[in-house]
Amino acid sequence: MPSPRSLTAGLALAAATLAPQPALAQDAQALNVRALAATCANCHGTDGRAHPDSAVASLAGMPRTYLVTQMRDFLDGKRSATVMHQIAKGYTDEQIETIAAYFAAQSK
Amino acid sequence: MQRRQLVQGLFAGGTLAALGGCASMGGAPSSAKVVVVGGGYGGATAARYVRLFSDRSIDVVLVEPNRSFVSCPISNLVVGGARQLGDITVPYDGLRTQGVTVVHDTVASFDLAGKKVRLAGGPEIRYDKLVLSPGVDMMFDGVEGLRQAQADGMVLQAWKAGPETVALHRQLVAMPDGGVYAITIPEAPYRCPPGPYERASVVAAYLKAHKPKSKVLILDANPDVTSKGPLFKKAWTELYGSMVEYRAQHKAVAVDAKAKTIKFDVQDDVKADVLNVLPPMRAGMIAVQSGLANANARWCQVNYQTFESTAAKDVYVLGDAIQIAPAMPKSGHMANGHAKVAAAAIVAELKGWDTNATPMLTNTCYSFVSPAEVIHVASVHEYVAAEKTFKIVAGSGGVSAARSTQEANYAHSWARNIWADMLG
Repeated sequence: MPSPRSLTAGLALAAATLAPQPALAQDAQALNVRALAATCANCHGTDGRAHPDSAVASLAGMPRTYLVTQMRDFLDGKRSATVMHQIAKGYTDEQIETIAAYFAAQSK
Repeated sequence: MQRRQLVQGLFAGGTLAALGGCASMGGAPSSAKVVVVGGGYGGATAARYVRLFSDRSIDVVLVEPNRSFVSCPISNLVVGGARQLGDITVPYDGLRTQGVTVVHDTVASFDLAGKKVRLAGGPEIRYDKLVLSPGVDMMFDGVEGLRQAQADGMVLQAWKAGPETVALHRQLVAMPDGGVYAITIPEAPYRCPPGPYERASVVAAYLKAHKPKSKVLILDANPDVTSKGPLFKKAWTELYGSMVEYRAQHKAVAVDAKAKTIKFDVQDDVKADVLNVLPPMRAGMIAVQSGLANANARWCQVNYQTFESTAAKDVYVLGDAIQIAPAMPKSGHMANGHAKVAAAAIVAELKGWDTNATPMLTNTCYSFVSPAEVIHVASVHEYVAAEKTFKIVAGSGGVSAARSTQEANYAHSWARNIWADMLG
């Protein structure tokens, strides 16, 4: 006769195994978004969380509209930059929207 | 056996694997979904991002001989004495926290058909996906006399950060005031295009401060400075005057360590006090030996959409070892990008999802023209399916408007953030 504790563990295992599989296309799309946002992580930190002493800005948890506006301003030259005006030109409007939404959804 | 005992047994095994990551402790498991060989900018990032992108559901073993990661970017500041080796050294503990099993060993051989890696320490690891990020190998035989001069510690490269980086700094410290430091640069492609010019700059800064009668000679096999040329040349003139001399089309073919002389294919011999001779480079030895270096037996050709080798299925090659796409530099930043594209492709394939049809890469290379001032080159690269290669997005990228202390600040922040991004 299994003890109550081992029974609980067994149930938890079964639940994990039997959890319904989310739609594959959605998972693949979510992975592509993470990979796209990861092209910013080299400088801005993993998932947009920069080192506390970093001169490069943290992006995690910033409002989506703020991030999109900054990228537009780099593109238009409204915000001066050393490198970001050159990087911003490498992304489409749609990619910028996607990246901004991703970082906005991350905890600071 | 009771269920509870079984669960405890499994847990203990998991703990052992997580903490064990050490060959001498028998930490190498007999199989893993993903085995990564090489813990530099490419490999460490791949190990971390397979864990991240799979929400920790895919097990990863990283095989790396060094106990700690030592960064090539920023290492020129150690050569110039402005930083210590400890400032550019990061332990692998962060990756262990991410659930990566780190095994400090080297690979003895691959069985690519049988999907197995044999470690020098004995154990064999079966894999579903193999990631190889072997860095570069110095082709010492490309410069006569260099292999022996290097073995004797007389003529160094310090093109892989570590003890040699410090040894080269000591040679500069021992050099008399009025001496000559000479660096030779092989024909492109080689690891870190702006690296030799950065080194010449920070060595000049050191000599200007400590041995002002000395000279820095840059002897380049290429027709001109291969990266950020106008910015480097302006810095040399304005910061160091006649101390720095640049000579194009100087292809080193031989060294005489005793006579402290470098011979060139066409130009006259050059005598110097500290010889820093960079030979031609190719993919790391293990890639060459295993037949993965299928581009002129020198670099590893990959399918750029996933970074899977064109020579072996389920084997991915990253970083400086690959045959580059147009305008793709052999840089640490780029290797970090390769690794994320490969990690996403590996996770997608293991989960049965479609792989990303349009991966992206960025590159930002900061170079110190003195310990205080920095210049950069940047670019954004997109995968172009029709041409099966990466190309720079039209209009993106560029170089610094001028050298600045602000960019030095960014360069140090870049290093901290990318080290954390790859090593956890």
